[in-house]
Amino acid sequence: MSTDVNVKLEALAGVDPNALPLQVKDLHVEFRTRNGIAHAVNGVSFDLRAGETRAILGESGCGKSVTAQAIMGILDSPPGFITGGEILYRGVDLLKLPESERRKVRANRIAMIFQDALSALNPVFTVGFQLAELFRKHRGMSRKDAKVRAVELLDLVKIPAASQRVNDYPHQFSGGMRQRVMIAMALALDPEVLIADEPTTALDVTVQAQIMALLAELQRERNMGLVLITHDMGVVADVADRISVMYAGRVIEEAGVNDIYATPAHPYTKGLLESIPRLDLKGHELSAIKGLPPALTNIPPGCAFNPRCRYAQDVCRKDPAPPLYQVSPNRTAACHFWKEVKGDE
Amino acid sequence: MGRYVIRRLLQFIPTVLGTMFLLHYMTALAIQFSGNPVRALFGDRTPPPALLQAITERLGYGDPCLDQRGNPCFGLFADRLQNIFFHFDFGINLRQREVTDLVADAIPFTLKLLVIAILFEAVVGIAAGVLAGLRGGSFADYLVKISTVFVISVPIFVLGVVVREFVGVKFGNVLRGQDWIPDVISSGMFSPVFKPDYPMASLIIPGMVLGATSLAVTARLTRTSIMENIRADYVRTARAKGLTNKRVIGVHTLRNSLIPVITFLGVDIGAAMAGAVVTETIFNVPGIGRLVTMSARTGESSVVVGVVTMLVLVVLVANLLVDLLYAVLDPRIRYE
Repeated sequence: MSTDVNVKLEALAGVDPNALPLQVKDLHVEFRTRNGIAHAVNGVSFDLRAGETRAILGESGCGKSVTAQAIMGILDSPPGFITGGEILYRGVDLLKLPESERRKVRANRIAMIFQDALSALNPVFTVGFQLAELFRKHRGMSRKDAKVRAVELLDLVKIPAASQRVNDYPHQFSGGMRQRVMIAMALALDPEVLIADEPTTALDVTVQAQIMALLAELQRERNMGLVLITHDMGVVADVADRISVMYAGRVIEEAGVNDIYATPAHPYTKGLLESIPRLDLKGHELSAIKGLPPALTNIPPGCAFNPRCRYAQDVCRKDPAPPLYQVSPNRTAACHFWKEVKGDE
Repeated sequence: MGRYVIRRLLQFIPTVLGTMFLLHYMTALAIQFSGNPVRALFGDRTPPPALLQAITERLGYGDPCLDQRGNPCFGLFADRLQNIFFHFDFGINLRQREVTDLVADAIPFTLKLLVIAILFEAVVGIAAGVLAGLRGGSFADYLVKISTVFVISVPIFVLGVVVREFVGVKFGNVLRGQDWIPDVISSGMFSPVFKPDYPMASLIIPGMVLGATSLAVTARLTRTSIMENIRADYVRTARAKGLTNKRVIGVHTLRNSLIPVITFLGVDIGAAMAGAVVTETIFNVPGIGRLVTMSARTGESSVVVGVVTMLVLVVLVANLLVDLLYAVLDPRIRYE
């Protein structure tokens, strides 16, 4: 392989440049544990256009991180198994690729940034080594050239004195700077899709805003699709184009960001929005969704949300679970009573 | 870093002096209670008093404090320190050989034994630990878990004697009677008892016995360490970077997993020296360990104090090097 900086990665058989950069269709993931089978992801589907930001929203344990890991192909298996569905990159089903091909998709075409950059970066290697490794192993560059690229990347994510910091270890960086390093690592090979798994959760609020702004800027420059996994409604409102709300391993509502905030069509989404503290309602009691999300080893029959839902009727407690109803041409919600939920403002 | 090393080196002084005094006092007590060691030179015969007196004086056992039970003999201790540290004179043994010569003769055997033992435990122990750790719950994992418990629970002197009797004598006799065994083997090259004709080969089995217990500990340590790190977030990151499995395990996982293992191996050099005393005695290896054992038996205090002082220094330096190595392996460690 050439050491040319702009060397193009080898073509992937069957890629259709006109197809969407990422399409997830009816994905099922389960964890086979000693305590039974945990159904972590139960039929998740979504599309991602180039340059679009898709937020996946949900509580801890709703299957959003597992979905991300399944897309990357980095599930711990066993115990995790993908039992059904398709993950299409430009029309190619990644789940059908052999591991050697799959590996080349990672970082090259679909990259990921993780929640806690301190534990996600290897503590015993310098930041420069960890960045340069990508160019050396995927592009066949020499150590020296790769190091130059690593410094450029640190510059790109606005780390001051990049040429010196490239020799530092992860623990010598602050939280925000570490997350910038993670972003640099994910963008190194110019992927078309970036999956960000709670990229700002471990950071201060002020730093959060800077990181999100940086991500948005880099995304715009590169026309990159972004899957933003988060439980933070505030972050979503600022940057997302479309939202998939997940509950107990299912997408229960899918819509554009404005529709969701204006007229939620699923009681869970509505509950989430009502539980955001609001300055204009100061002094009022903060409303929370009662109860706890179900254990994934024991999801209730019917709609998984029914035990916590104020709209629940008998039909909600029986299988099958409510399908995704077409609420309007561009949005869906998995609730038998979406009209009541939506109209009941 | 420099200041840290200086502080550690200064800490050596009380440790070395303390050990030396302890040994000096114990050997003095032995002489005070069981009599003049020079008598042992003459066996059953009664030596002419003048001759006995002369040899005793020459060997430095003539001080009257050695006749008073419980007397710590500070005067003798001061002389000894002065001789060792200012004249590099460790004294002579009963047969009037320099202790430094005795050590120089014995140390190559012990070093070979230690190298074999440490290599054996590092290579086999780490390999077994990695195999077991990568596939928890597999056959290899159970094999490593069960066999290591077995080895750890058998004391080294039991293991040594059993190996000597069964491998060396019983199994060896069977082999020696077979025609198809090549002469190199049947002539005793790999015999578990040291043979001066095969100074390296006949140390292999004693070295393996010496390293056995630590090998089991190394394997277990590596196993847990790998299991812990293989689930670490940064290993997941390495996979997400599209690196090959070989690189994810061999570079990103192993480097972190081996930090505690290498620390253990470094500290274990000291323990292996202690183990060598037992192993060398069992397998009749003319090394440092056997030298100390024999000298302690005959009450040759100059040999015991001299050799053990050197051993203490080796262990101290090894420990310091391990601590410094630790900072190299794990950049998060800083010595101020």
